[in-house]
Amino acid sequence: MKTVFEKSVKGRCGVMPAALDVERYDFDADRLRDGLVLPELSEPEVAAHYTALSKRTFGVDDGFYPLGSCTMKYNPKLNEEIAALPGFRDAHPLARADKMQGSLAVIDTLSAYLAGITGMDAVSLQPCAGAHGEFTAMLMVHAYHRSRGDEGRTKVLIPDSAHGTNPASAAMAGFEVVTLASAPDGSIDLADLRLKVGEDTAALMLTNPSTLGKFEKHVLEVADIVHEAGGLMYYDGANLNAVMGVVRPGDMGFDLVHLNLHKTFSAPHGGGGPGAGPVCCKAELAAFLPDPQVVRDKKGFRFGRSDWSVGRVSAFYGNFGVCLKALAYIVTLGGKGLRAAAETAVLNANYLREKISYFYPVGEGRCMHEFVLSMRKLRDETGVTALDVAKGLIDRGIHPPTMYFPLIVEDALMFEPTETASKETLDAAAAALKEIVDLAYTDPAALHSAPHNTPVGRPDEAGAARNPVVKG
Amino acid sequence: MKQYTNTHEWVELLEGKAYVGISAHAAEELGEVVYVDLPSVGAAVTAGEPCCELESVKAVAEVNSPASGIVDAVNEQLADSPEKAGEEGVWIFAIASPVLAEGLMSEAEYLASLE
Repeated sequence: MKTVFEKSVKGRCGVMPAALDVERYDFDADRLRDGLVLPELSEPEVAAHYTALSKRTFGVDDGFYPLGSCTMKYNPKLNEEIAALPGFRDAHPLARADKMQGSLAVIDTLSAYLAGITGMDAVSLQPCAGAHGEFTAMLMVHAYHRSRGDEGRTKVLIPDSAHGTNPASAAMAGFEVVTLASAPDGSIDLADLRLKVGEDTAALMLTNPSTLGKFEKHVLEVADIVHEAGGLMYYDGANLNAVMGVVRPGDMGFDLVHLNLHKTFSAPHGGGGPGAGPVCCKAELAAFLPDPQVVRDKKGFRFGRSDWSVGRVSAFYGNFGVCLKALAYIVTLGGKGLRAAAETAVLNANYLREKISYFYPVGEGRCMHEFVLSMRKLRDETGVTALDVAKGLIDRGIHPPTMYFPLIVEDALMFEPTETASKETLDAAAAALKEIVDLAYTDPAALHSAPHNTPVGRPDEAGAARNPVVKG
Repeated sequence: MKQYTNTHEWVELLEGKAYVGISAHAAEELGEVVYVDLPSVGAAVTAGEPCCELESVKAVAEVNSPASGIVDAVNEQLADSPEKAGEEGVWIFAIASPVLAEGLMSEAEYLASLE
């Protein structure tokens, strides 16, 4: 398929600009740039191009999308209707606070709900994605310790099962990362933690349930150890979907949290965004949240500032449309509905895992909202890799699970069905996986060459990483 | 004679310098390497601590130094041909006046540890 740049025809145009009604102004030549090549196409050509592209993609509206750690739940269309209401959609971000009271009420209301769900006291909706929320929280950790004259806290503790964004965010905020070993059951090795925690500990970053889909049973003890050493506890909300409405990070001993509204709260994601990664914190950290904050006084809502704030972390007030969709979702489900969503997410993951256990080892115990299979046994016995299995699933109309993550599991495939998959969908997914495992023993070559039913087979990933072509 | 770490690096002493690379097992687990973040010549490295990164189509992996010392040379060909980092016997960087890490394994011991 040709790119939109390759289809471009010089002089063709899809829009008719209004007649010029201001005086012509010529910029100085040194302020002009050339070399900006934009595609030139008519409207039907553009529509045909993107419709063709949309038919080659696979999203949550196309079918089962068990991409572990990403919580690809269905995105209710009602959310889109709410976000498209003209009063919200057409609001100008530079309008005065007294002219956008409705939008500020949305920020205030959603913040209050998120504080309630996480057991925190204050919230900023500004961060535009999960890792942005992590980074913002790490800036707050830094500002908090500095405000107390506690300058020697230079290290952040992170378990080896964490998302790669955790160490990246901590390092971006100027901290040195110390990796914590996992015990054989995937929980934090408390002896290793006691060895590494100390006067230089700024914070511990923890995802609970962990990336292995296991609830960290020792979390209260972990929090005690870190707090006793003077460090803060940071909760990565990537996996909140497993425990939302059941247990609150604030009650598990955490001081700050980031949430992924685009995961847990059903705003669309994938394809690079937009997302929203609000940061919630306990009262003693509230002064360090990004500016401006929405505050309420007797005249209504207005913007407030704090002398201790880490400052703005995004233009304006974050991805407001995403926040609206999350608010619509929370209001639609209500407290009981949120809890039911979490419980069903955990049930679905355990149901699929149990179905798989009839034909492939899944490990001990129960999982939370996601689980990790090691394809090592299949690879050793048949030569079929986790990648081959993932490609085989594509041929069977299923989006692949996350591959080769977490790194501590060999040949990992990470499934997260979410609560919006039906029993029939889960049964069909288990059947498809069984078919692939059986095929691996009889005709492994058929899987090495999969997928067979897609417009693109196996892209040259190494070539794309080494010699990326990013423009037309 | 190569010696191995339990984090899958090898080190070989040649004319007083320690040459460092990754094991065949590590290369197979990583998949094709697409980028090597080489250490700087002159940088101090510490045995057992991460000192450079390999990026593959699957993951980014840290290379832990099997010895303490000063980086004396880096394998410049990896800048243009990062995939060579996974090839048998290709070194990534060399350390001058190295002090080897404790607990290094012989090839036979290392291979046995993978079982």
